[in-house]
Amino acid sequence: MYDGGKIIAGLIIGIGLLMSPFFYNAGKAAKAPERVLTEKAKQAKECILDKAQMTASHFKLLDEWRHTVVRDGQRYYKRADGKVLYKSLQVTCMDCHSNKANFCDQCHNYMAVTPYCWDCHIAPEEKK
Amino acid sequence: MNFILSIIVSSLAVVILVLIPWIGVGALDLKVIFGVLVPYAAMATFFVGIVVRVIDWGRSPVPFRIPTTAGQQWSFPWIKSSPIDNPKGTLGVVVRMIFEVLLFRSLFRNTRLEYRRASDGTPSVNYEWEKWLWLAALVFHYSFFVIFLRHFRFFMEPVPGFVKLLESLDGFMQMGVLPLNGFGLPGVYLTDMLLMLAVTYLFLRRLYVSQTRYISLPADYFPLFLILGLGFTGILMRYFIRVDITAVKQLAVGLFKFNPTVPDGIGVIFYIHLFLISALIAYFPFSKLMHFAGIFLSPTRNLSNNSRFKRHINPWNYPVKVHTYEEYEDDFREAMVEAGIPVEKES
Repeated sequence: MYDGGKIIAGLIIGIGLLMSPFFYNAGKAAKAPERVLTEKAKQAKECILDKAQMTASHFKLLDEWRHTVVRDGQRYYKRADGKVLYKSLQVTCMDCHSNKANFCDQCHNYMAVTPYCWDCHIAPEEKK
Repeated sequence: MNFILSIIVSSLAVVILVLIPWIGVGALDLKVIFGVLVPYAAMATFFVGIVVRVIDWGRSPVPFRIPTTAGQQWSFPWIKSSPIDNPKGTLGVVVRMIFEVLLFRSLFRNTRLEYRRASDGTPSVNYEWEKWLWLAALVFHYSFFVIFLRHFRFFMEPVPGFVKLLESLDGFMQMGVLPLNGFGLPGVYLTDMLLMLAVTYLFLRRLYVSQTRYISLPADYFPLFLILGLGFTGILMRYFIRVDITAVKQLAVGLFKFNPTVPDGIGVIFYIHLFLISALIAYFPFSKLMHFAGIFLSPTRNLSNNSRFKRHINPWNYPVKVHTYEEYEDDFREAMVEAGIPVEKES
């Protein structure tokens, strides 16, 4: 082998870098977060949309609300089944989901998502 | 194979690769196979295949220096030499390789030959600057690299800082603020669009330039289509048909911890995306995509041009039977002396 040492060293470094997720995660708990619902949220039994849609696309809804409220002044959201809701993160969403740390933040941290909601909105004070 | 047939064959292959997980998970619910077994098999093929190919390349003898000499060789101090394009030692080679790997220097030097006839009939040959291929290749490779690194947020828990940095840089334009309600959130990544644009350009270029169209094979179209499909499903999943990404991360981290779990509530689109990337990495060691490792082992790039001052001996030289002048003289000395021919040794 010509320059065998260099080739083997390069190969080990390359494969090692590609396998880094295996080494990085090894021996770590890496538990997926559990969504915690407040009592009020549990009693309400329903959110704005169904659970799957809220999990995957809640930000899309919030963005729609933001645009229509801020730009068009439309404060009310009519759901497909006719129920009318007040479009507000702080008043409507956080009314049930008042536990920001356990409801919003833990998943966002897990997925390294940094939403800019709280750049403008005031984060609710949490009762421990 | 003509290019239409090549395109049909390779796009059909990608369509089949999309349909397999679509049917497998969507209709038959084989989540463990497509979420665990297929990715593991693909990763095993990828790693073993790369090691085998690189070792195989490493075992082939490279007795002579065959670098492309794209500049003046080092000779006399008063002749200006080009230490990068015609490197004389390791340092020059390292710099040359860095330029090659990170900036695609040799592709940057690409020219296009143009043969024209002027209006009076005189033929002329021009070498045109051709930078679009270099630009598209660079954009494509770096976008792919950034997208690959960004995916580490699914692979690693806790998410390392460089991934967060990359995400915020990549999404810095915050196109969610466009006046299109509910479209383009969360923060649109630039690399997603750049990758798709660059791959599309590279595909169209293959078709548009008659010479590249002539030499293109299904092995050239297939990876392009596969990467297009991969990007398309990824964009679809991020912006349009969303899935529960915490569940996706649970699956991914489980794979990397050798403790696989298949959480519920992940849409079929994710399994299609996963199957396409599995296909891509399993195909890797058998394809031209191996240039990823091969670039480091290119003798025309990684050798220094030192043949003038360092002797390189061919290892498979057989011992040549020689008859030296001294032996010749020994054989014929008397006759030579008799004929008056000067000899080196008198007796």
